[in-house]
Amino acid sequence: MSLNIVVLAKQVPDTRNVGKDAMKEDGTINRAALPAIFNPEDLNALEQALQLKELNPGSTITILTMGPPRAAEIIREAMYRGADTGIVLTDRAFAGADTLATSYALSVAIRHIGKYDIIIGGRQAIDGDTAQVGPQVAEKLGLPQVTYAEEVAVANGKATIKRRLEHGVETVECPLPLVVTVNGSATPCRPRNARLVQKYKYAVTPSEKAQLSEEMAKLVDARPYLNLYEWSAAEVNADPTQIGLAGSPTKVKGIVNVVFQAKESKTLEGKDDAAIEELIKDLIANHTIG
Amino acid sequence: MADINNLIVYCEYEDGKVADISLELLTKGRTLATQLGVKLEALVIGDKLADIENQLYPYGVDTVYKVEDSRLYPYSSQPHASVVINLFKEIKPQVCLMGASSIGRDLGPRVSSSLHSGLTADCTSLEIGDHTDTKTGTEYHNLLYQIRPAFGGNIVATIVNPECRPQMATVREGVMKKEIFDENYKGTAINLDANKYVSDTDFVVSIIDRHIEKSKINIKNAPIIVAGGYGVGSKENFQMLFQLAETLGAEVGASRAAVDAGFTEHERQIGQTGVTVHPKLYIACGISGQIQHIAGMQDSSIIISINNDPKAPINTIADYVITGDIEEVVPKLIKYYKKNSK
Repeated sequence: MSLNIVVLAKQVPDTRNVGKDAMKEDGTINRAALPAIFNPEDLNALEQALQLKELNPGSTITILTMGPPRAAEIIREAMYRGADTGIVLTDRAFAGADTLATSYALSVAIRHIGKYDIIIGGRQAIDGDTAQVGPQVAEKLGLPQVTYAEEVAVANGKATIKRRLEHGVETVECPLPLVVTVNGSATPCRPRNARLVQKYKYAVTPSEKAQLSEEMAKLVDARPYLNLYEWSAAEVNADPTQIGLAGSPTKVKGIVNVVFQAKESKTLEGKDDAAIEELIKDLIANHTIG
Repeated sequence: MADINNLIVYCEYEDGKVADISLELLTKGRTLATQLGVKLEALVIGDKLADIENQLYPYGVDTVYKVEDSRLYPYSSQPHASVVINLFKEIKPQVCLMGASSIGRDLGPRVSSSLHSGLTADCTSLEIGDHTDTKTGTEYHNLLYQIRPAFGGNIVATIVNPECRPQMATVREGVMKKEIFDENYKGTAINLDANKYVSDTDFVVSIIDRHIEKSKINIKNAPIIVAGGYGVGSKENFQMLFQLAETLGAEVGASRAAVDAGFTEHERQIGQTGVTVHPKLYIACGISGQIQHIAGMQDSSIIISINNDPKAPINTIADYVITGDIEEVVPKLIKYYKKNSK
C-alpha cells in the first residue's frame, strides 16, 4: 500500500552552540549569530518516513515547514536524503505564533494538502522544547496521536509503533491516518545521497526562483520536481484570528537576562595538590563525603 | 451548579500510588489556590482507584474528581484527553497543572488545543501576579505567571494567558517540593461516570505491549552527584566521572550538551528539561553552566566546579572552583579521598 506521508519539520537556531555574541546588548536574541539547522528530532522523524517509503513502494514524502522563506533550506536538505517535495508555510501574518497558533496553521496547511495517511514530526524542537505541536496538530485534525515513537511500521492500514516512555516502553497499534512524534532515541537519519544532491540542489520555492537568472528559471520550469511550494495564510484559508500573535493565547509578559546570585567562592589551582587534598579533608571532616 | 473557577491538578498514578510529580504539583497548587482564594482540586482518571483520595487530602485537596473505568488504565491520549476536556467544560478551572512527564506532555497539548487555552511547558517557577496589556491597556489581576528559561537558557521568560482559561502549565518532577499540608485535611471525593466523558470512538489506539522498568539510575535523590558537561570531552573521559562517583558513593549526572554529544544516557540529564536535584555535594566537571542546567542543580548545598575556563558561568554559583583539566583534577580527587577516608 502506498502512503502519503507528511513530515513536519522546523528550521531552528542551533541553541546547543550558543556563542558569546548570541545576545545583543539590549538583552534580545541576536538570531543572525546563531546558525540555522534542521531540528534534530525532525531528522529522526524523516528517517522513519524514509523507511516507510522504502517498505511501501509508491509512497511520497512531503515536508511541511512553517517559517521565513529561507526555511526552504531544510526542504532541500530532506530531499537530499529522500523526501519528494516540500512546502514552506510563510507569511508575516504567522509571526509571533505560540504553539497553538502554529499548530492551527500547520493543520490548515495539512488539510490543504488533502491526502495524508501519516503525519510525522520530531517530538520537540530545540528552540522551545515544548513537545506541544504534534499533539495539537492531531487534535486540530481530529486524528489520534502517538508520541515518543522509536519505531514505526505500517501494514494493512494500521500503524504499529514502539514508544519510549520515561520508565519503560510501550507498543501500540493505531489505524491510519494518525499523527506520530518521534524521539531522539530513534534511528538517526541517513546521510545525504550524492545522486539526490545533484538532482535537487536547484530545487527552489517561487520566491527563490524570482532571484534566479532568466536562464536558470527556465531550467527550473522545465523540471517540475525542482519546484517547491510556498503557501501564504490566504492560500491555506487560515482564519486570521487564529494565527500569529492574535491567535496565541500565551503572551510573553517579560524577559529577563539571567543573573546568578553569585556566591563567594574559593578558587584552587588544579596543579596545587596540597590545596586539593585540603579540600577533600575538609569535606570529609564536615561529613559531606565519607 | 458545578463548583467552578478553581485550580486543578491532573494526577498520575501507578500501582495504586499517586506519582510524586502530582503530589509536588498539589503542594504548589495549595499555595497558589490559597493566594487566589479558590479551591484546590485533583483529577484522577484510571482503574481501581479505590480510596485514592486519602492519599491526596493531606496535601490540602478540597475536591477529588475520580473517573474510573477499566479501559482508562493504562493511560492513553484520546480517552484521557476527552475526560479532561469534557470535565473542564463543566467545572471551568482557572488554572490546570500537569506533570511535564511522558503523560502530561502528551495530554496537556491535546487538551489546550481543544479548549483553546494557553499551555506553558516545563515551568521552573509559578507565581500569581497582575498584568497590563501594553497595547490595549487592559488590566488583569491574579494571573498565573508561568516562568521558564527559554532560548538556550540565555533568558528567563514569564508567560501569561490573559484571556483564555484554564491557564495551563507543566512542571518537571523534582522542581517543586512535595510537602504535606495537613495530615487531617479532609476534602470531598466525587465519582464521575466515565461514560459521560469518554466515548467508544476515543479508544482507537490499542496498547499491545507495555514494559514498565523502574530506572536503575536514581540521581533525583542522590546525596552526592558528579556531573559532567561537554567539557569532559569524550565518552572515555566520562568513565573517569563514574570512577570518582563510585569512590564517593555518588551518582553520575550530565548536562544536556554532554547527553546530546552522546557521552552518556538521557536519564542522567540534569536541568530544566532533565532532572532537578538537591544533593549535599555537586561536583560539576567541565560544565559551563547554562541557565537550564543551573535551574536543575542550584539548590545543591555545596558546589564544586572543575573547569579549565576560569570564567565559566557556573563558577559564580560554586563554593569551590578548581581551575584545571578534568583529566588532571578528577584522578587527584580520587587519590586524596582514598588516602584520607577511613
